[in-house]
Amino acid sequence: MSEQATPLWEVFIRARNGMSHRHAGSVHAADAEMALQAARDVYTRRGEGLSIWVVPSAAIIANDPDDKGQMFEPTASKIYRHPTFYELPDEVANM
Amino acid sequence: MYTQALNNPTVEAGVEDEQKLAAFQARIDREEKIEPNDWMPAAYRKTLVRQISQHAHSEVVGMLPEGNWVTRAPSLKRKAILLAKIQDEGGHGLYLYSAAETLGVSREELVDQLLSGKAKYSSIFNYPTLNWADVGAVGWLVDGAAILNQIPLCRCSFGPYSRAMTRICKEESFHQRQGYDLLIAMMKGTAAQQEMVQDAVNRLWWPALMMFGPSDKDSKHSAVSMKWKIKRFTNDELRQKFVDATAPQAKVLGISLPDPDLKLNEETGHWEHGEPDWDEFYNTIQGNGICNRQRMKDRIKAHEEGAWVREAAQAYAAKQAAKKSAALGGRT
Repeated sequence: MSEQATPLWEVFIRARNGMSHRHAGSVHAADAEMALQAARDVYTRRGEGLSIWVVPSAAIIANDPDDKGQMFEPTASKIYRHPTFYELPDEVANM
Repeated sequence: MYTQALNNPTVEAGVEDEQKLAAFQARIDREEKIEPNDWMPAAYRKTLVRQISQHAHSEVVGMLPEGNWVTRAPSLKRKAILLAKIQDEGGHGLYLYSAAETLGVSREELVDQLLSGKAKYSSIFNYPTLNWADVGAVGWLVDGAAILNQIPLCRCSFGPYSRAMTRICKEESFHQRQGYDLLIAMMKGTAAQQEMVQDAVNRLWWPALMMFGPSDKDSKHSAVSMKWKIKRFTNDELRQKFVDATAPQAKVLGISLPDPDLKLNEETGHWEHGEPDWDEFYNTIQGNGICNRQRMKDRIKAHEEGAWVREAAQAYAAKQAAKKSAALGGRT
């Protein structure tokens, strides 16, 4: 008897009205509908969610962690992108 | 405010289920956010597609007047700042297009509506940026006006729009502050530089006031947008907030605002101001402003000249996919 691996799904939950879905974790399930059911049972037993998305884990494309430097470091030197870079007179400081 | 011509919701009479409509309105009244998969009246959907896409188009077209100065920025620092700001505007356009797409319209359709002239964008971007101080005045006045419009939009009833606006508002503060900072630097300069600041403000003040859209007495559809909580304040209320915030900033800067009627009402604490030239406003909205034709020409050119890039990317992706499936095919 050969058993197929059950596909993995990533679970995203909208915790409260108006918020975006956030990653909560993952579940194994044979299809999308069962993944939704499993996600409900695993991640929202205490009213943690108003809405659930499940996405096949294999469909998520992530950057290579080794490329973190070239992906994100260049923004570190661009301090002028932050409002605090500009010193304004006290009278208008809350602009 | 980048959504001025879009304060007019599309109202289609009598086609919606009364019960569903009542339940929908009750959700709005409870401050529940409406999400893309929720039931919504067709007119709500249509109004939002128009408003959000007009807002997106404004961000994208808004890159043009500032782009005009990138190669002539007076220092590397100012050039880097200007580039960063323009890049943000492009990003804001993308957040907003994505929010509009959740309502079932495609990016291609939206871009096509802009390029064909069917969709509008904010009148403010049809004014030229004639001297370097315009870059500062755009940040201070135009982004300042946009911020006041956008803060209430963070509480808009449609979830994806409100979340896009929250993201955008976080980034706008830098835009306004860099503009004001630029103007302060020029005001510390020569008399000629100070005159450039005054000239830029003289030209952009009234167009900035027009960004809030027509006067309340001429904005007859506003009530539906308020009822649906797409809009939270009327055009005139937002315009007043803007004048109240900006008039003292002009004083600190040491320039005058080109409105002889502008004065502080000590009793109300509000600044009284004159009326913008509404003929000029409608003329600009209808496509006859100073730069309308140039802006559209530039957008169309950018789109057409970018076609080969989009095609090349798709051809490359197709080739990679074919390679991959051939490799897999070889194995089975």
